[in-house]
Amino acid sequence: MSMKDNYDAVIIGGGHNGLVCASYLAKAGRKVLVLEANDQLGGAAPGCAHIINQLNGAVANDLELTKHGLKYTDTNLATIALGEGGEHLKIEGTRVSALNGAALSEEDRVSFNKMMRSLHKFSNLLGPVWGKKPPRLKNQDLEDKITLGKLGLSIRMLGKRDMQDFLRIALMNAADLVEDAVENKLLQGAIAVDSVWGTHLAPRSPGTVLSLFYRLSGAINGRQGALALPAGGMGAVVDALVAAAASNGVDIRTGAAVEQILVENDRACGVQLAGGEIITANLVISNADPKRTFLNLLGARHLDAGFVRRISKTRTNGNTARLTLKLNSLPEFTGLARSDLKNRLLIAPDILYLEEAFNQAKYGEFSNQPAMEIVFPEGAEPTLSALVQYAPYHLKGGWTDEARTAFLEKALDQLDRYAPGIRDHIRESELLTPADIEARYHITGGHWHHVEMQIDQMLMMRPVHGSAQYQTPMPGLYLCGAGAHPGGSVTGAPGMNAAKRILAMEA
Amino acid sequence: MTAMQPKPFDSRKLGMRQTPFYPRQMDWTITNDWLLWAGYTSPGSLDVVEQEYFAIRNSATVFDITPMCKYRVSGPEAELFLNRLVTRDIRKMRDNRVSYVIWCDDEGHMLDDGTVFKYSNTEYRLCCQERQYDWLTDNAIGLNVEIQDVTDDIAALAFQGPTTCRILKNLGLAGVEEMKPFDIREFPFGKGTLSVSRTGFTGDLGYELWIDPEQALDLWDTLFEAGRHYDIRPIGSHALDLARMEAGLLQPNVDFQSAEFTLRHSRRRSPFEIGMEWQVDFTKGHFNGRRALLKEKQQGTSKYCLVGLDIEGNKPAHAALIYHRQKKEIGRITSAMWSPTLKTNIALAELKRPFGIDQKEDIWVEIYVDKEMKWERVMARARIVSTPFFAPARKNQTPPADY
Repeated sequence: MSMKDNYDAVIIGGGHNGLVCASYLAKAGRKVLVLEANDQLGGAAPGCAHIINQLNGAVANDLELTKHGLKYTDTNLATIALGEGGEHLKIEGTRVSALNGAALSEEDRVSFNKMMRSLHKFSNLLGPVWGKKPPRLKNQDLEDKITLGKLGLSIRMLGKRDMQDFLRIALMNAADLVEDAVENKLLQGAIAVDSVWGTHLAPRSPGTVLSLFYRLSGAINGRQGALALPAGGMGAVVDALVAAAASNGVDIRTGAAVEQILVENDRACGVQLAGGEIITANLVISNADPKRTFLNLLGARHLDAGFVRRISKTRTNGNTARLTLKLNSLPEFTGLARSDLKNRLLIAPDILYLEEAFNQAKYGEFSNQPAMEIVFPEGAEPTLSALVQYAPYHLKGGWTDEARTAFLEKALDQLDRYAPGIRDHIRESELLTPADIEARYHITGGHWHHVEMQIDQMLMMRPVHGSAQYQTPMPGLYLCGAGAHPGGSVTGAPGMNAAKRILAMEA
Repeated sequence: MTAMQPKPFDSRKLGMRQTPFYPRQMDWTITNDWLLWAGYTSPGSLDVVEQEYFAIRNSATVFDITPMCKYRVSGPEAELFLNRLVTRDIRKMRDNRVSYVIWCDDEGHMLDDGTVFKYSNTEYRLCCQERQYDWLTDNAIGLNVEIQDVTDDIAALAFQGPTTCRILKNLGLAGVEEMKPFDIREFPFGKGTLSVSRTGFTGDLGYELWIDPEQALDLWDTLFEAGRHYDIRPIGSHALDLARMEAGLLQPNVDFQSAEFTLRHSRRRSPFEIGMEWQVDFTKGHFNGRRALLKEKQQGTSKYCLVGLDIEGNKPAHAALIYHRQKKEIGRITSAMWSPTLKTNIALAELKRPFGIDQKEDIWVEIYVDKEMKWERVMARARIVSTPFFAPARKNQTPPADY
């Protein structure tokens, strides 16, 4: 297939990883086109996330995101774990303090600090692994050996006690870890809930410590695990990525839904858009989730059946809803001042609460008492943004309007416990269930991370073996999205790693 | 008081299922030699194996193939499904034809072989020895196709031997003699239909008969009545095994190990390593294992080959090791027999390349013979020969000779 203005690469999906990948390729002199089905770029980043905490430092530097307009209103957000009657706990990095006379023992304060410091230390070890292609054991690639060697060395360099501790807890569940460390129920809930956001896991599920490591492995201004609020909301982060892509010469088309990946002589050679338009390219890079990429866009007919089975069996059902409330005015939270609302608020009163909320999700029901993470992003009007968990993708009876309204009421009930009368402040509400996220952002199962973040679906097994290191069984087709290593959240790492891999492979 | 009769053997007590033909086979058997085949009771032999074998080559034999796994493959993408499943191009098949096929896993390793029966572009049947439902449903993911296990819905007999066509004519199957090898035809039978395919596992003239289980015993009885003067007899799998070896046909998990049942990765075999190169069509588009097989072919990384051997002497070389210049071990026998028809000592053997490909001379088989409680070791010279060892003209002759 030859065309005069053939692209070197066409990228399916203008989510943040697609934009990052495009920028890196364009910087290296490749002619790149990004195709986004929606009119808005950024994919699910604005729809699912409201805090920046894992944006890869190399991505931010290499793409000069600050120059392209990325600003934060706060780079060290505190967390307030909401307690009954205003007895809250405030967490700032590794320190915790009591508000309004909340019970907090000196022992808990000290051990919380100790635990968080080692969690930060361990998470910091893993950071470099997320920023490289996942090392594979069987090939004799020098870079892979270095990645593994460095990880091994840095674990060894922890010293004997820390190394043993790291190996002891790495694959454990978060509840056991937290209950060993602190006794305060509210504090336990606050730490544990951060291990399960966006997952189909509860604090007692195996592997939740690993997802906590993943969450804490980001750093902002050198502060491990810090949380930042982007100025102008998540949309502004996307704007910076778009500006970076544009300055690198990336072509971007919105409203261009890819319907099919085209194959010629057993090699991906372009895409066909919903309207029938054909765009040819030497490489096709998919930022879409693996199931959509392989099963819908490419098609099982071009793949081996064992691979198709593995892809189809990956766990991809989302369990988190996103709530946005446009408010007439900011609500009053019991025991909190107006200025406290610039922090992150958590509704996760204890571990049992989270487990009970999850129980219902296991059986296809939404949580009667959901866990919530609340922020008030900067904007023209007062807005409350919250993650609401659990909201299983496969809800019994489906996500009908009635079901969505009923779950919204459950979320508002919880808010009302801590901010009585909040309903009177609401001008407009929007609840995005996993079904909505799937429909709006074309993510199979509406899962934030595309593919559940558990050890069997991470590293060289992400999304499945046979498609690690951003390659796929189809020559000329690569992955660059959250379904590839290291995984979900607004990191840009899959996009960056994929671009580097592609440049090395297709030199 | 009457003498106590021994209780008849009932395989169901061993958890073995019985086919609709089981009662008739019970009437015939004098050996009570039953084996388990895919959950069913299947005869190893009913009478003297040699007699059963000679009936395959000289008259007419009936082997109950009801336990054969049968899958209905239907739907708009049935053809696409099968073409991705198997290594050859089934788009070339005409309606009412049968094709021998093999299929591989993602790594291009052999899973099983079988036959595809094509009724139309949207209606096929796949028959094979081992259960494959799991693999077929995996293959159906993302395709508009329906897979049904119809093993229990269809009773079947392999009807093999030189006089089979005559007997089918006696049965009143008008025009059966016009059927070419691999043809399928339907004939009215009782209140239903008898489906006949000119297929088999003996390398001889023969047919396979497919019928509603309700009519199975009627078919058996009328068939044996029609064959009364043609020495029709039921046989077991031991005799069949001899015939298939002479025909050079491979037995899965004997001549190659299905990749699904191997623990050791090195025991898996590609089609190139078991003489099935002719089955692999790289020009037809994608199929399971294509990328791995293409790489193997381009890089020449096939490690083994399967060959036919003509071995001196008359001692079957069961499970024997094979040597080059009587010294270097280069392979092993997978199937061996003294061929009563050819009067030669034949075997199928797996050799490590380049032996069997570039180096074909000076090959020896180490045979151990038990001579009244004393092992005698014989180094027998072997010659690589092409298979099938035995391919009578009557196998393909249309119409077949009348008797």
